Amino acid sequence: MEKLLAWIDDRFPLTKVWEEHLAKYYAPKNFNFWYYFGILATVVLVMQIFTGIFLTMHYKPDTELAFASVEYIMRDVSWGWLIRYLHSTGASFFFIVVYLHMYRAMLYGSHRKPRELVWIIGVIIFVALMAESFMGYLLPWGNMSYWGAQVIISLFDAIPVVGPILSEWVRGDFVIADATLNRFFAFHVIAIPLVLVVLVFVHIVALHKVGSNNPDGIEIKKKKDANGVPLDGIPFHPYYTVKDLVGVIVFLMVFTAVVFFAPELGGWFLEHDNFVPANILQTPPEIVPLWYFTPYYSILRANTVNFLYVDAKVWGVIFMGLSIMVFFFLPWLDRSPVKSIRYRGWIYKSALAIFVVAFVILGYLGTKSPQAIDLILFPNVYWAQIFTILYFAFFALMPWYTKIDKTKPVPERVTK
Amino acid sequence: MSEGVDRDKRRFLTLLTTGVGAIGVGFATTPFVLSMTPSARARAAGAPVEVDISKLESGQMMTVEWRGKPVWIVRRTKEMLDSLPPLDPQLSDPASKNADQQPPYAQNPVRSRKPELLVLVGICTHLGCSPSQKFQVGPASGMGDNWTGGFFCPCHGSKFDLAGRVFKGVPAPTNLVVPPYVFLSDTRILVGEEKNDDKKGAA
Repeated sequence: MEKLLAWIDDRFPLTKVWEEHLAKYYAPKNFNFWYYFGILATVVLVMQIFTGIFLTMHYKPDTELAFASVEYIMRDVSWGWLIRYLHSTGASFFFIVVYLHMYRAMLYGSHRKPRELVWIIGVIIFVALMAESFMGYLLPWGNMSYWGAQVIISLFDAIPVVGPILSEWVRGDFVIADATLNRFFAFHVIAIPLVLVVLVFVHIVALHKVGSNNPDGIEIKKKKDANGVPLDGIPFHPYYTVKDLVGVIVFLMVFTAVVFFAPELGGWFLEHDNFVPANILQTPPEIVPLWYFTPYYSILRANTVNFLYVDAKVWGVIFMGLSIMVFFFLPWLDRSPVKSIRYRGWIYKSALAIFVVAFVILGYLGTKSPQAIDLILFPNVYWAQIFTILYFAFFALMPWYTKIDKTKPVPERVTK
Repeated sequence: MSEGVDRDKRRFLTLLTTGVGAIGVGFATTPFVLSMTPSARARAAGAPVEVDISKLESGQMMTVEWRGKPVWIVRRTKEMLDSLPPLDPQLSDPASKNADQQPPYAQNPVRSRKPELLVLVGICTHLGCSPSQKFQVGPASGMGDNWTGGFFCPCHGSKFDLAGRVFKGVPAPTNLVVPPYVFLSDTRILVGEEKNDDKKGAA
């Protein structure tokens, strides 16, 4: 066995990779609950690829056949219902764990120097994931699939001059049609998954270069023992592999409970209007994207005023794009001398709380009609405008409030 | 000197090779990019549609498909037509000045060839949803007490009157599109084509 390993090591850096990334990768010893979501995102990615491969064995990317082929998977293919529900529930859980993973970074300053590139690669993964789920959502060719895609691709029309040509190029037709379904299938099953896998790999390589952050926001590499091992570090394997295994099992319990008992989750994970085949003459009474897009959808709809000679429609698209792109700049917007929320003052804590509330309420409003009154006093669109302003204020004012915020002294070593 | 390296020459050759390579990549990309544009079949599919409107009652709407889009045909009542002029101050483009949104023969207060017969592409000019018909008047419409009938886009709340003219303060920037159409007889219209003299007017 040792001989075989030596033979391989002469030809491939197997032991080196194993040690650098697992057995001798020293992670801070004080990881808490929030540090499960990275591994959980990886688990969901693998599961989506795996279930996806089996779905493509039965699915037909053709406007005449697509809807029926999904029903065929659900009813006639042995265990097809399970594979499809794992895939559709997996999509929503992907966003749950990725949102919590990103929130963890905002809690403990994991995006701050020297981890800016880890963060930026992560945001690119997030954008790729949005494209992946958007294209996947067209494939069942339900009525919500069709009209959702119609609305989002029409966003390109708002771009001056090249807009209409661009949206025609994306669709491959003058409306959402067979050509669109076919190319979305190609992107969804091969192009973007490849990009995602490569990006996740690069994300981890970048992380292992700089080392993991921790809930105290302290660089453990600053205090090392005689052997150059961080005093507050423990080898990722076996310590965190075992801990993560527990996290994965608990996650799978929750996940499978949803798959088995509430795969539609009351219309949140699979929308009722998507159980109707696409009808190009009839928009569903309310077009609602899946829950993970609704905060941005709310921001899109909140722009109803023309200003600076630019249509409200264009502003809506600009602000929606900005609401995602702004995450790229987070490492430089934050000017606090400390990383972790544990040593920050009340201002950042309040700002982050307001941001979370704004994000959740925008998400809720995105599922409701703009004219209706679902909160109090005024119609939803006005509340969406207020929370859109708060959403952007969190980022726009960050350089200022993180600077003046009173911070507590950061300890030399990590705490419990 | 045989060991010496002419760095300027090396840099020049590197740049030149990179440049030629980039041009090659550009050419190689072209067929792939163009393969995603609408195919010849998709472009040929936009044939005009003939519609029989003899069974369309006053105050009713029918929907037909043209180029994969819903086209609405509404036979407006006198009350419906009377509701249009008082709305002018509330509208973004009451006189249909934006020439892209209708053929010249529909650039009039009722936006149609024959006043009672409205033909519209049923796609919201905001983001391409299909608005729903809200022909009831007043509170019964669920659109407020002053609603005089029209269309409402459920996606983003844009409102249009019974000539497809957009209200102010909604996300849609322009009036609904009037497609080219022509009357073949009193009961038949052809959507998607116009008489030759109309085309001259458009140019």
